[in-house]
Amino acid sequence: MSEKTPVIKMRDISKAFGSKIANDKVWLDIYRGEILALLGENGSGKTTLMNMLSGIYFPDEGEIYIDDKPVTIGSPKDAFGFGIGMIHQHFKLVDVLSATENIVLGLPGKLDLKGAREAIKKICDTYGFDVNPDKKIYEMSVSEKQTVEIVKALYRGAEILILDEPTAVLTPQETDKLFNVLRAMRDDGKAIVIITHKMHEVEALSDRVAVLRHGHFVGDMLTKDTNAQEMTNMMVGRPVVLNIDRPEPKDPKPRIEVKNLTVRDMDGIIKLDNVSFTANTGEILGIAGISGCGQKELLEAIAGLQPVESGTVTYIEDDGKREELLGKDPLEIQNMGVALSFVPEDRLGMGLVGNMDLSDNMMLRSFRRGKGVFADRKSPHKLAEKVVHDLEVVTPSVSTPVRLLSGGNVQKVLVGREIAEAPTVLLTAYAVRGLDINASYMIYDLINKQKAAGVAVIYVGEDLDVLLELSDRILVLCGGKVSGIVPGRGAKKRDVGMMMTRLGGSKDEK
Amino acid sequence: MPWWKALLIRVAAIALALLVCAVVTMLFTGENPLNVFSAMISGSFGTSRKIWALLQGIAILLCVSLAVTPAFRMRFWNVGGEGQILMGGLACAACMIYFGEVVPNWVLILMMTVSAVVAGAIWGGIPAIFKAKWNTNETLFTLMMNYIATQLVAFFCNIWDKKGSGIVGIINPSTEAGWFPVLGGQRYLLNVIIVALLVVFVYIYLNYSKHGYELTVVGESEKTARYVGIKVEKVIVRTMLLSGALCGVAGLLLVGGTDHSISTTIAGGRGFTAVMVSWLAKFNPVVMILTSFIIVFLERGSSDITSRFGLNKSFSDILTGIILFFIIGSEFFINYRIDFVHNSEKEAK
Repeated sequence: MSEKTPVIKMRDISKAFGSKIANDKVWLDIYRGEILALLGENGSGKTTLMNMLSGIYFPDEGEIYIDDKPVTIGSPKDAFGFGIGMIHQHFKLVDVLSATENIVLGLPGKLDLKGAREAIKKICDTYGFDVNPDKKIYEMSVSEKQTVEIVKALYRGAEILILDEPTAVLTPQETDKLFNVLRAMRDDGKAIVIITHKMHEVEALSDRVAVLRHGHFVGDMLTKDTNAQEMTNMMVGRPVVLNIDRPEPKDPKPRIEVKNLTVRDMDGIIKLDNVSFTANTGEILGIAGISGCGQKELLEAIAGLQPVESGTVTYIEDDGKREELLGKDPLEIQNMGVALSFVPEDRLGMGLVGNMDLSDNMMLRSFRRGKGVFADRKSPHKLAEKVVHDLEVVTPSVSTPVRLLSGGNVQKVLVGREIAEAPTVLLTAYAVRGLDINASYMIYDLINKQKAAGVAVIYVGEDLDVLLELSDRILVLCGGKVSGIVPGRGAKKRDVGMMMTRLGGSKDEK
Repeated sequence: MPWWKALLIRVAAIALALLVCAVVTMLFTGENPLNVFSAMISGSFGTSRKIWALLQGIAILLCVSLAVTPAFRMRFWNVGGEGQILMGGLACAACMIYFGEVVPNWVLILMMTVSAVVAGAIWGGIPAIFKAKWNTNETLFTLMMNYIATQLVAFFCNIWDKKGSGIVGIINPSTEAGWFPVLGGQRYLLNVIIVALLVVFVYIYLNYSKHGYELTVVGESEKTARYVGIKVEKVIVRTMLLSGALCGVAGLLLVGGTDHSISTTIAGGRGFTAVMVSWLAKFNPVVMILTSFIIVFLERGSSDITSRFGLNKSFSDILTGIILFFIIGSEFFINYRIDFVHNSEKEAK
């Protein structure tokens, strides 16, 4: 591969936001016919670097060469002119338009939808995309929308495709499909850059990895010459232990008893169907399932946020007293003396207020404790400082709006607040989604500490490897039904995966 | 951005605005702009009567701005201040007319206050209930309520007017029943004091009370509010009751404390001007003192110069428009930094 010349060379690229340096003299080479994985912790400057290629940011210093010619990329239009297309985490599509209309939107020249549709079909056939050009965006799944974004980039002549954490929103099956498409594109001679945190994806997909740390370029190497441990150490800058602790539960007792829970959504579609299980103290109950199989509804029903059709959710106190949680809102549950903490999937939309600073976000749980009509502002401020210190949150100060923090730090703020309530039940949904290795392990560690303190933890996860390592028991959901509950120790990934897609797992194979 | 830089940008904006005003004045009227400016200033500060009229104008506008601010913090776009003021004023006038000679004066003023507050609160509460229950659009709803209020006032003006012209004259001119007491020889002093107290109240309510925190969370994210057990519907209705009630107070100050009469134009567009005052101050009640001063000063000053120099009446609106354009435009330079990026195609050539 050494005789290849890079299609893009980035040299001494620097970019600062105010006093924060996002990229510091970064060198990066991107080759045709190769998939490059760009690795780094949250806030290490991966997305910033790629945004400079796609014309969203303009570098403060440094040079970009395309085919050895120095170029200036001043706008996304310039980037397209050089054949650079980027697929962002948040899709930029118009909901009410069809796939074709979105793809040709904003292109110069006469509107020729018929011709465009043919061209799109051809692109789809070449690389194996599965997309209906006439389908409206609002009717599409997340994975389909992403496909439209990729086709859009290709339609506009992208030779260099950048994907920012493309698998964060995909199911394992959808991920496999995406990877096949990306491999087909690589074999067609296109250059592909993928930003990701997931080590097994890097190993499965990429040809070469480049590592950034705190805005600096650490190094690059061929994927086949390295391994997850080495890459992680490079990212973090020190050796990291890639094992998750799983101490034996101490004296588990039933805490939450869910019986025959059935939930329908607003359109009357069954989301949870007759679900029953028990969560014990001092134990982590993992919830596995393909996304959208009722995980969200399950947690929100327990937390008092989801109307329920039938069933019971019973809270069992230490002395055996039983109390019904269903039909109560979060405030009533709190007033009953049930310390229930919930780390929801939608961090900035539900768990936190993006425009408020850290202190004010800490207040969400405690503002009612103030004297009389006044909200308590002092203790949340102290709590914010404690969380920043204890969980190593990277933030300019506790009066910074949380939306300005990176994903991992946002999650630390949220988890820190929820744990500070000294819960007896902790519900977490996708607690490490979008987090880098270092932050993820910190969250696992925090959850384990809660378990050791006798908290009943319900952990909804998407990474099966982690669920198998962390959980004491795993409840597998499939289409809103309980497919099975298996002990975490000794469970096989393959079996759990089968249970996720078929009720009861691989019955017909036996 | 450091605070001094933001301040510098605003000062520069005002200076530029005055410069443009001066050029426009010279081009179109031939007057010496310095004379025009000094006339503007003397129009507001020239005599102690003018100063008190300015203070009164600020007080009423500030009162309405304070009223709409809690709703705005909650992202509830209450543009129905006009109607809520009218309803407050109408209730107040009704008390003065029907109970003027029946009850002692202090009882009457108490009745006026309570009825104005309740009337304003009801007018603000109706759209809030619809928003909370059926998620109706509050902007349209509150706007429509303005027209209903205007027609209600017109209707009662016809009933109360004895001469048949539809204009209610000064109410209780001989007994002065229900007129606000004159403090220290200044008839507007009580209004100013009441509004000053309201500034303190709204500031504390928004920034230090549980209610204030709840309505901010509801405005930012209803999902987050529900997640921590805040009853969103209750907060929406409660906040709009407060917003309407404070507008009702403005109506009370206008009818009981200023005009001692009622008409459909008594609110004078303040329900809408207050939207700008509140936004310019970024919903901060203390800063609103300054922004309402700027607006009232401009209005009074520019109307003064049109009469003094015999200019077309629209000319004062042109000057006000230019100055507001610069003030609002300066926010762009405070919120954004401008980078000049080279175009690659030009560079390649």
